[in-house]
Amino acid sequence: MPNTQQLKDLTIQVRRDILRMVHKVNSGHPGGSLGCAEFFVALYNEIMDRNEGFNMDGIEEDLFFLSNGHISPVYYSVLARSGYFPVKELNTFRLINSRLQGHPTTHEGLPGIRIASGSLGQGMSVAIGAAQAKKLNNDSHLIYSLHGDGELQEGQNWEAIMYASAKKVDNLIATVDLNGKQIDGATDDVLAMGNIKAKFEAFDWTVVEIKEGNDIDAILKGMAEAKSKTGQGKPVCVLLETMMGNGVDFMMHTHAWHGKAPNDEQLASALSQNPETLGDY
Amino acid sequence: MKTYTYTEKKDTRSGFGAGLAELGRTNPNVVALCADLVGSLKMDTFIEENPERFFQVGIAEANMMGIAAGLTIGGKIPFTGTFANFSTGRVYDQIRQSIAYSGKNVKICASHAGLTLGEDGATHQILEDIGLMKMLPGMVVINPCDYNQTKAATLAIAEHNGPVYLRFGRPSVPIFTSVDQKFEIGKAVKMTEGNDVTIVATGHLVWEALEASKALFEEGISAEVINIHTIKPLDEEAILNSVAKTRCIVTAEEHNYLGGLGESVSRVLALNNPTPQEFVATNDTFGESGTPAQLMEKYGLNSTAIIKKAKTVIGRK
Repeated sequence: MPNTQQLKDLTIQVRRDILRMVHKVNSGHPGGSLGCAEFFVALYNEIMDRNEGFNMDGIEEDLFFLSNGHISPVYYSVLARSGYFPVKELNTFRLINSRLQGHPTTHEGLPGIRIASGSLGQGMSVAIGAAQAKKLNNDSHLIYSLHGDGELQEGQNWEAIMYASAKKVDNLIATVDLNGKQIDGATDDVLAMGNIKAKFEAFDWTVVEIKEGNDIDAILKGMAEAKSKTGQGKPVCVLLETMMGNGVDFMMHTHAWHGKAPNDEQLASALSQNPETLGDY
Repeated sequence: MKTYTYTEKKDTRSGFGAGLAELGRTNPNVVALCADLVGSLKMDTFIEENPERFFQVGIAEANMMGIAAGLTIGGKIPFTGTFANFSTGRVYDQIRQSIAYSGKNVKICASHAGLTLGEDGATHQILEDIGLMKMLPGMVVINPCDYNQTKAATLAIAEHNGPVYLRFGRPSVPIFTSVDQKFEIGKAVKMTEGNDVTIVATGHLVWEALEASKALFEEGISAEVINIHTIKPLDEEAILNSVAKTRCIVTAEEHNYLGGLGESVSRVLALNNPTPQEFVATNDTFGESGTPAQLMEKYGLNSTAIIKKAKTVIGRK
């Protein structure tokens, strides 16, 4: 079991992966990826009970579904560094003939991916289906999912949120990345969603808040709490407050880096803020 | 000429219900979902016998498609049930991304397709669904013709690994295929032998094509009727073999000519053996309220329309 320092080192390396991936192809989504780096690192290294190798059905292991597929850089980096595919393959992100498509897909057979995502708002339903399959299989493992906060503007989420509590899908921990930003600006300016916690609670979910969503220890503590609340008849929502662009000073406190790659100079600056820890791909 | 008769009429959706019930008893991986139309889809027996394998989603088709995709992860074979309109157009992106692109083993089972839904009118009568579904890479599209064939198709698609769109209807129609038929996905069924014209029909129009062939025979015209229950993948060989002999073809379907069976057949002919073709299909229009028979008459989707197009196309040889 890695200690917190190891997870922090890995997070810095994941940041470097993200930055270098999007820089190379001058496209992709660094902001949300950086904001969720700690979460992914904690999830794949500490929180989830995973089997060796990759099996689509994922029997007797915890599964994760990424609904906001545009943060594929962090997903790919952490999957590779968790052993699902060679780290070197990160070099092919968004290139022709790559398994690392702009948005994650099962189509190219990339180990670790169980559903395509990118068109927003669909992952909660998929996660619920996978959770119900686990129940049918008498598999007590959990389903984890991640959703953008802006993504909650898609109505299908609310169909799914209503369903999950009505059907007591209590083996699901759905995390919402509360960074308060989307492509066009602050979520409050684009389409204010009001009190998201109150909304989930009104739909009869258990809500756990992680106020320091870029702090590994806070994530581990919050997710442990979320896990302790599964199996009690209610789905569990984690509200993870993160900083878009975290770890790169000029990418923080703005929505500008939602879907924009750094230029050479910006990359150099960003990498200098995150010195290599475990080796670049 | 081989002729077909019937002693009983039944709705194709009941064939689906019977097939699903049988799957419930024989295949423990089969699960079913419905968006508040259990009675209409004839899913009651499956639900009664397998309550733990049934998911009532409520009026939320997008969520249903996503849940179905998720259920495949863990080895389940989900059958979703709602009207054809709500099974396709309403949830196209969910099917596209979470099911088709993701290669999930979901069976999208769609009732009340086409005009024969009847009195509810155009909001519910989808005539574009075959086109929507056949355009999705990897999607199998099946439109069986009667109760027995729909039941057989329901059983067969459970054995196929990949997404399937199964389209059936509301009204009672003649049962004229055998109760113990073997259903082969992608394999057309030649119903009659003929030399003068090929009639390729799908769904409810197969019976109309057989009726048309009887009337044509009495006028000295021999029609070869082919039952194309699978629109994708299309049995190209069956079509090409037949037109090699008849040198003209009528396609018949309860669907818009844009995007339907007829266009798929045209492509096969254009690439291999350009052949005069006439279309029995709706002419880029929405439907309206009325009885099924009235609607099929008004929009030119019955045996009378097929006879007329057959004579036209023979004249174009």
